[in-house]
Amino acid sequence: MTAVRRVLGALVAPLVAVVAAMAITSIVIMASGSSPGDFWEVILEPPADRTMVNIVNQTSMIFLSALAAAIGFRMNLFNIGVEGQYQVASYAAAVTVGAAFVPGLLNVVLGLVVAMVAGAAWAGIAGLLKVTRGVSEVISTIMLNAIAVTLVGYLLNTYGIRAGNSLRTTEIPESSQLAGFTPFLDRDGSIWTLSILAVVAGIGFSFLLNRTSFGFDLRATGASETAAVASGVKVNRMVIISMMMSGAIAGLIWMPAFFGAAHTYGSTFQFQLGFTGIAVALLGRNRPLGIVFGALLFAFLNEQSNRLTLLTDISQNVVQITQGVIVLAVVVAYEVVRRRQQAAEQNAVKRQLDAAKPSDDKAVTA
Amino acid sequence: MSTLTATPAPPTSQRAGQNYWMWLLVGLGVLVAVSAVRVITGAHEIDTPGSLRAALIATCPILMAALGGLWSERAGVVNIGLEGQMILGTWGAAYFTYYYGPWVGILGAALLGAIGGALHALATVTFGVDHIVSGVAINIIGLGASKFLAEAYFANLQGGGVRQLTGLDSPPSVTIPGLSDGAVALADQRWFVISDVASVVAAFTTRVNLMTVLCFALVGVSAYVLWKTSFGLRLRSCGENPQAAESLGVNVLLYKWVAVTTSGAMAGIGGGFLALVASSGFVTGQTNGRGYIGLAAMIFGNWRPSGILTGSLMFGYTDSLRLRSTGAIHALLLLVAIGLIAFAVWKLVKTRQTVQAIVFAVAGGLFLLWFLATDAVPREFAGMTPYLATLLVLAFASQRLRMPKADGQVYRKGSAG
Amino acid sequence: MNASPTASPTAATDAIQVRGVGKRFPGVIANHDVDITIRSGTVHALIGENGAGKSTLMKILYGVQKPDDGTLVVGGEEVSFGSPTDAIAHGIGMVFQHFMLADNLTVLENVVLGAEKIHGIGDAARRRIVEISTAYGFDLDPDELVEDLGVGERQRVEILKVLYRGAKIIILDEPTAVLVPQEVDALFGNLRELKAEGHTILFISHKLDEVLAIADDITVMRRGTTVGEAHPGEVTKRELAELMVGSELPTPEKTASTVTDEVQLEIEGLTLTDAFGRDLLSGIDLTIHKGEVLGIAGVEGNGQAELVETVMGMRKPTAGVIRVGGEDISDWDTRERREAGIGYIPEDRHRHGLLLDAPLWENRILGFQSREPASNGFLINRSGAREDTQRIVEEYDVRTPGIDTNSRALSGGNQQKLIVGREMSGNPVLVLAAHPTRGVDVGAQAAIWGHIKKAREEGLAVLLISADLDELIGLSDRIEVILRGRLVGEFDPQTVTPQDLGSAMTGGADEPADDQTQEDRA
Repeated sequence: MTAVRRVLGALVAPLVAVVAAMAITSIVIMASGSSPGDFWEVILEPPADRTMVNIVNQTSMIFLSALAAAIGFRMNLFNIGVEGQYQVASYAAAVTVGAAFVPGLLNVVLGLVVAMVAGAAWAGIAGLLKVTRGVSEVISTIMLNAIAVTLVGYLLNTYGIRAGNSLRTTEIPESSQLAGFTPFLDRDGSIWTLSILAVVAGIGFSFLLNRTSFGFDLRATGASETAAVASGVKVNRMVIISMMMSGAIAGLIWMPAFFGAAHTYGSTFQFQLGFTGIAVALLGRNRPLGIVFGALLFAFLNEQSNRLTLLTDISQNVVQITQGVIVLAVVVAYEVVRRRQQAAEQNAVKRQLDAAKPSDDKAVTA
Repeated sequence: MSTLTATPAPPTSQRAGQNYWMWLLVGLGVLVAVSAVRVITGAHEIDTPGSLRAALIATCPILMAALGGLWSERAGVVNIGLEGQMILGTWGAAYFTYYYGPWVGILGAALLGAIGGALHALATVTFGVDHIVSGVAINIIGLGASKFLAEAYFANLQGGGVRQLTGLDSPPSVTIPGLSDGAVALADQRWFVISDVASVVAAFTTRVNLMTVLCFALVGVSAYVLWKTSFGLRLRSCGENPQAAESLGVNVLLYKWVAVTTSGAMAGIGGGFLALVASSGFVTGQTNGRGYIGLAAMIFGNWRPSGILTGSLMFGYTDSLRLRSTGAIHALLLLVAIGLIAFAVWKLVKTRQTVQAIVFAVAGGLFLLWFLATDAVPREFAGMTPYLATLLVLAFASQRLRMPKADGQVYRKGSAG
Repeated sequence: MNASPTASPTAATDAIQVRGVGKRFPGVIANHDVDITIRSGTVHALIGENGAGKSTLMKILYGVQKPDDGTLVVGGEEVSFGSPTDAIAHGIGMVFQHFMLADNLTVLENVVLGAEKIHGIGDAARRRIVEISTAYGFDLDPDELVEDLGVGERQRVEILKVLYRGAKIIILDEPTAVLVPQEVDALFGNLRELKAEGHTILFISHKLDEVLAIADDITVMRRGTTVGEAHPGEVTKRELAELMVGSELPTPEKTASTVTDEVQLEIEGLTLTDAFGRDLLSGIDLTIHKGEVLGIAGVEGNGQAELVETVMGMRKPTAGVIRVGGEDISDWDTRERREAGIGYIPEDRHRHGLLLDAPLWENRILGFQSREPASNGFLINRSGAREDTQRIVEEYDVRTPGIDTNSRALSGGNQQKLIVGREMSGNPVLVLAAHPTRGVDVGAQAAIWGHIKKAREEGLAVLLISADLDELIGLSDRIEVILRGRLVGEFDPQTVTPQDLGSAMTGGADEPADDQTQEDRA
C-alpha cells in the first residue's frame, strides 16, 4: 500500500509542475499579446522526422548531463560545475582524437577515455578542495565553470586553427567519425552512434546506486552523513570518488555530437548542456527513469519550439520560461508531497498499530 | 565564577578600531607599490584616470550583485539566482528607461530583480526548497524570460531588435569643475605617487555617472541598515540562529522574504547599470556571469560590506583592465609578486608562520619569474582573476571566513525550542 | 535590582493556570488533559521522563505551539498565544535547554533582539544590560561575542534576556543539564533571589534531587498528561520517581554473572585532544571480558560520547591502544572495526543510527554494507537484507506495518529495537551501547534490557553508557565512573548505591569546578 502511495506521490509532483508551467507559459504569452493557442498548436503537433531525430540526439546528451549532476545530488553534493567539466573534457578529447595517435575506432575509445579523465580531473579539483580545505563545492564549481570557459577559450585562441570567422581544433580523421543510424531519409539526419552512451550510462548508474554496496554508501551519505560515518563510510573518500564520477560522466556529454556530427571543437560546440542537465536531474528526482522523461521533455520543447518563429509571432525563448517554471514548480511540489507523505505514513503506522493492539502499550513488561 | 568550558579566546579576537592604523599603512604601501610598478614598467595604463574610471564602471554591477548576496545570505538564504535576477534587471532597466527615462529605469531594474528575488523567496522561504536548487531554476527562468521579453517588447521599438535595445538615456554624469581638471593634469605628469593619487581623485571627479554614486551609496546604506538598526539586527539574527530569533518574537519568514526580495532588487540594479551606464543599451545575455562574480566578491569580502567593496573593486579593476591594455596586465604580475612577497614577510615577522611564509614567498617568486620571462599575459588570464582569487581565498583563508551560521539552511516556522 | 511590583506574592493569585490543554501532532498525542496551577512568586517544578510531554507543554506556554484544546489563564486573564511575542507581552520569558543564542552576535545584540523598542539597540540598552548584570552578579560584557562565552555564561545571557524584557514568569527548561554542580548551586542562588523579588519560576527537570531542593510545588507529567502534584517535604524521591514512570518502577533484574576470564576489549592510555588542545579523554585504561557488561557512569558531557566514538573509529585518538580479542585495532577504520564484530547502539539514533527516510530493510543494511546477509562485499543482497529485517522485526518485536515502512514513521522505542536487533546480528563480539533505552517506552525498555542480558550470557562484551543509574546498576557487572575525560573510580554494582555513584560522578562536593587544571580524583 505504501508502495502504491509512493509511486502516486512521485507522479503527482511532476504532473502538477507541468500543468503549472503550461498555465504560466500561457499567461506569459497572453500578456505579451500573442495567442497561447497558436503556441500549443505548434508545440504539441507531432514532430517531423527531422525533429524526431534531433530530439533523440538531444535527449541523449541532456540525459548524460543530468546523470552527471544526479550522481553528486544523490549524496548531497551540488556539482554545479557540469558545464565547465564537459567543456574542458570535450576540448581535451577533441585535441586528442584530432591528433590521431591511434587509428580508427581505437581513436574513438581513446577520445572517450580522455574525455572522462579530463572531466573527472576538473571535477576532482572541487572534490579535493572540499575534502582538504572545506570549500563548498557549490562555490568552487561555479568558479571552476568560469575558469573552464576562459581556459578553453585561451587554448583555442592560442592553438586553434582558423576556419572562417572562428577557431577550431583539428578535424578528426574520417576513420574515427561515427555516422550513426538513419531511421528516415538522409536529409532528416541520423541518430548519433554514441547516443548509446546514454543508455549504457543510465543502466550503469542504476545498477551502481541500487545494487552495489558502494551505491548504498553513496546514498546513505546523501541521506544522513552522520549515520553513514557511523556505519563505516569514509565520507571524504566518497566525496572525491563521486565528484570524479560525476565529472567523468560529464566528460561524455558532448561526445555523441562530437563523433557524430561536429568532428571538431569550435563554433559548433553546444554550450549550456551542463545547466540544462542540472535542471533535468532535479526534474527527474535524480532517478534514471525520471531523468529519461525529463530529458525527453526538455529536448522535445527545445526542438518543437524551433518552428515557433516561423509559424507564429511568439519567441521560441518562451520555452526557456516553461522549462524554468517546470523545474521550480516540480521541486516545490516534491517538497510539499514529501511533507504530506511523511505525515500520512506516520498516521498510517499509528492507526495500524492501534488497531492491532487495543490495550495500553505496557503489555510487554520484563 | 569559573566555568567548565572556558573556551580559550581564539587569536582572531582583535576587534574594534585598533586595526585602523594597520589598514592605513597597508593602503599607503599599496599606493607606493602601484606607483613603483607603474614607473618601473612604464605601464602607465595601470592607473590612468581613464583606467580607473573604467574600473569604477566595471565595479558597479559586481558590487550590486555582491550587495544582493549580502542581503540574502545575512538572512540565511543562499542566493545563487543573482545572475538570473540581474538579467531580469537589464531588461527592466531598458524597458522602463525607454518609456519613462533613466531614473524610472533604475526603479524598473530594481522591480524586475525584486520579482526574481521574490520568486526565490517563495520557493526557499515559503516552500522550503533547497536554496541551490531554487537558485539554479531562477537563473534558467531569468535568462529565458529576458530573451522572451526582449523579443516580445523590443523588436519593434526604435533602436530595438529581438536581442537588443540601444540608444537608451543614461542617468546624468557630473564633473567637479576645478578638482577634475587639476587632477587630470597632475595625473598626466606621471610623477611618482603624486600622479597616482591625482588619478584616483580624477576618476572620482570626472564624468561620474550618478548611478555609480548611487551604487556606492547603497553599500553605505546597506551597512547602516544591517548593522545599526533594529531591523538589521533582526534580519541578521535570521541568518545566524533563526530558532532563537523566532523564540524572541521575530517573524523569521517575513524577514527572510524582505531580505531575499531586497537582494533581488540590488542585483536588478546591478543589471540595470550594465544596460544604462556600462554599455549603450540592452543586449540579451549582457550579464555574462557577473552575478557569479558578485557571489565571489561577497565570499571574498567575508560577508561584510567593507570586504565586499574591496573585492568588487579588485574584480572590477581586473575585468576592465583586460579590455584596455595587455601591457598593464603584464605589469600587474610584478604588483602581485610584490604583494605576495610583502605578505610573506609580514607572516614571518608578525605571526611566525614559517611554512605559510615560504609558500607565499615562493608564489611571489614565481610571479616575478613570470613577469621577467614574458612580455605579455593572455587577456583570458585576467578574466580568470576573480574566480581564481576566490578559489585561493577559500582554499587558504577559509578559517578566517565567517559566513552566517544558519546560511543555506531551510527554516520551518515553529521549529523554535 | 528593581522588584517587579505587580507580581508581589499574594497566595491568592495564580500566575498561570493550565486547564485541560491538549496538543496533537501527526501520529502522536503530545499532550492531553494537562492541568497545572502555578502560584505567583513560587518556584514550580514540572517533572517527567523524556517524552512525557514537558517540552510541548512548555512550547504551548511560550506561544511557540498552539494548543488544540484547553485554556491558558495568565494572571487571571484567559489568553491565546499566537507567537512568543504574545507570551512575552504577558510577562512570560523562557530559557531554552538548547540555548537560543546567535554565536556570531554580541551579548548586547542577543539580549535586545526582539526587544529593541524597550531601550533601542545602542547605549541605553548597554547601560540597562550592565545594570542587570551587576545586580545579579552575572558578570557579562555586553560587547563580547557569544561564541567566546562558556556554558554558564551563556545561560546567564539567556536569563538576562528574559529579565531585560521585564518577564514576571520565567520558564527554565532543564537548566541544569549542561551545568557542573557548582554552577547549579549558583543558578539556584539566582533563582531564589528572583523568587524573593516576586518572580514566578517554572522549573522543568527530571533530576529529582534538584527539584526537591529548589521547588515549592511539584507537578508530575507522564505520557503527555499531568498525573500528580506534590510538595517537597511531603514526598520522597522514590514516590516521585514512581509517579513519573507509572505504578511500578522497572529496574533490570540482576542475573547470575557470566563474566569469563577472556579479555575482549582492552584500552590502554586512550587520549583524545580537541582542536583547542584540550583533553576530551585522558589516559583511559579499561578492559571488558567476554560475557561482561561494563557500565560507565558520569554526568553528561564528561567524555562518554567521545569514548564510544573513539572506540568505533569515528574519532582519531591522540594516543593510546585499543585491542579487541587481543588484536590491535587502533589503526583500523570504522568499517573494519564493524567487520571485526563491534556493534554500536548510538546515543542519538536519528543522527547516527538510522536513515530516517529509508525503509526498514535498507536500514538493516546500514553498518553491514560489506557483510552478510546484506551484502557480499560488492553487491547488495536485497532479499537477504529483507529476510533478515523480517527476522529482527519478529524477534525484537518491532511494531511496524511492514519492512517497507520508512523508519521515520516508527516510534522511538521501535526504532531503537530495530537498531538493537541490527547491532546484535552477525555475531558481534563487542557492543557499545550508549543510552540504549533513552526516550523509549517502558515496554521497549524492558525488552532491550532483556536482549542485552541475553547477549551477555552468550559471551558478548558490552560497554554500557547510561545516565540512568538504576539501569547501570541493574545491568552492569562492573561500573567505572568518568569525570572530565578520566576514569575516576570503579564500583561493584552489587554494593554501590546511586548516591555513591552520584557523588563520584561530580567529583565530590567541595571540589572547584575548573576542569583545566584539575588533577585530583574522588
